[in-house]
Amino acid sequence: MSSLAMRPCGDFRTSYKQDNTIFETKTIRWVTIFTIIALCFAPLFLDGYFITLLIQISYLGIAALGLNILVGYTGQISLGHGAFFGFGAFASAWLNTSMNIPVFLCIPLAGFLTMGVGMMFGAPAARIKGLYLAIATLASQFIIEDFFARAEWFSGGAAGSMADPVNLFGFSFDTDESFYYIALFALVFMFIWGCNLMRSRDGRAFVAVRDHYLSAEIMGVKLNKYRLLSFGISSFYAGIGGALYAHYLGYVSAEGFTIMMSIQFLAMIIIGGLGSIKGTLMGVVFMVFLPEVLESGVGVMKMTDWGNIPMVIDGLAYIKEMAIGLVIIGFLIFEPEGLAHRWTQIKNYWKFYPFAY
Amino acid sequence: MNFELLIQLIVNGLIVGLLYGVIGMCFVLVYKSTQIVNFAQGEFLLIGAWVCWASLIYLELPFFLGFMLTLVFMAGFGVLLQMIVLRPMIGEPIISVIMVTIGLSIFFQALMKWIFGVSPQSYPKVFDTESINILGLNVEMAYLMSTLIALVIMVAFYLFFKHSKHGLAMRATAFDQQASQSLGISVKHVFAMSWGIAATVSATAGIVLGMVNGVSDSLSIMGIKVFPAVILGGLDSIVGAIVGGLIIGVLENVAEFFDSQYLHIGNMYDIAPFYVLLIILWFKPYGLFGTQNIERI
Repeated sequence: MSSLAMRPCGDFRTSYKQDNTIFETKTIRWVTIFTIIALCFAPLFLDGYFITLLIQISYLGIAALGLNILVGYTGQISLGHGAFFGFGAFASAWLNTSMNIPVFLCIPLAGFLTMGVGMMFGAPAARIKGLYLAIATLASQFIIEDFFARAEWFSGGAAGSMADPVNLFGFSFDTDESFYYIALFALVFMFIWGCNLMRSRDGRAFVAVRDHYLSAEIMGVKLNKYRLLSFGISSFYAGIGGALYAHYLGYVSAEGFTIMMSIQFLAMIIIGGLGSIKGTLMGVVFMVFLPEVLESGVGVMKMTDWGNIPMVIDGLAYIKEMAIGLVIIGFLIFEPEGLAHRWTQIKNYWKFYPFAY
Repeated sequence: MNFELLIQLIVNGLIVGLLYGVIGMCFVLVYKSTQIVNFAQGEFLLIGAWVCWASLIYLELPFFLGFMLTLVFMAGFGVLLQMIVLRPMIGEPIISVIMVTIGLSIFFQALMKWIFGVSPQSYPKVFDTESINILGLNVEMAYLMSTLIALVIMVAFYLFFKHSKHGLAMRATAFDQQASQSLGISVKHVFAMSWGIAATVSATAGIVLGMVNGVSDSLSIMGIKVFPAVILGGLDSIVGAIVGGLIIGVLENVAEFFDSQYLHIGNMYDIAPFYVLLIILWFKPYGLFGTQNIERI
């Protein structure tokens, strides 16, 4: 299909095909393709530190996209996403070590296992919504966390469990640079899948359930099916993200997957923009870089006379936490639609510059 | 079966349950009048306990004065919080409201850790005797005081809502915001007041708990533990919060008892309420006393 180089102001779409494209304009498509190609060559130019950040963005981004499908597109609330992420990590490590399944198969299998668990804990969504669902998922967060600490056969208990690096045709992806390609591939694959999901009947049904569930039901959308399906897909994404995390670090322990992680995932999608795939990625990048920026900020302060006080330097961990809280509150008060919305506004501003009306 | 231990645990459960009831009442108060789910309830306890501790240790005030100072501080704090952070959230979708209170909770938890450190601190001694014997059961003085304070708060709540003008205004606002606005009730004031009351009363509970266990970060967990209680009682029922609090308080102690005696699963004290929570949400999501939400097209 021929598409335009720039999006015209106003809505001139005349066919469903135009309405359904992944890339709105030619420019966006080429920019995306070139970005992906450029990212493929990134290890040649960037140093190791940035590669680890990019890997972090990949696995967190996959999980955050899952949460955005659930929260942003279907309008269900989950406070247990961190636990599902952890479940994926443990499931993949467990499948690998106790069943001897090769790692590259473990990752999708862990996704499916997490999907099952997610649907089990998402089952109350068939009956309750909104606040009650938030509290139900909060309960599941604590129950799964408790399960990690207790089920030694599964998670290795307090000692944690080991996860082998990804091994494909005899080549072991055990360095940051090589794992980066696995993470990048998974990220691109899962995001394209997410985009396509939202163009399909199921995706539209999700949005209908979010916007007005009674009307959706009258139109013939099965509410229970789609609420549950949304939970399943979201946990599948969380599971894949968690499995990548496990095989990247090579070691999983139960301490990381607390309520704080669930909140961070929610923060990512709120900062990026609920119901926006592009926004998900923006939010993840923001949240990954926030602690790094703070750290270097404190590093700069340390060099000055007035900033070199133990209160600031020792309190770095708390400052990071406080910043997360502040960022969440700030975005919700000042920019509730997230970075994706802000980006559109900036684009519109420059499109009409200097004749903005 | 160790009956003596069981009874002791049930009594402990009732005492703690009363405190859950008090915290749950604040939660319900805020939810009913402002439609906001307060995930930062636990931080009110934490802040109140730390402020009181600081006023006793650093300012060296006598206990009663420090206590009063804390209450005044917390009332102002609650009102300010409502005015600055929560007023812009009126009319926003529920996910935003939940996330704002979660953000507040993270922020204040980290701030308290930053200012006061992570190690638990104990209050200076308030009572001369540690514990007294009632009907053959050992009851700590602090627990006795907590029971008394909880009962006083509950009676005060009852009198306030039944017989005072402000209480009536709050009930009216909870029932129908627009109608009460048209009758000259300042909804803004009601919102601010409910946050002020919630902060003050939670701080009292925080101080009491701090006297028993010492003040530390773990106080904020109470804010999460109160969810099973309020859901069990019904989210918009103050009586339900008290009943739910008592049930959950007893339940976690009994679960702990059976676990330590027979099952040996471990960690039941913390996790049993959440299983109960899931079961309630499955079968009776509006709780024992809550009003069922009926939606019309």
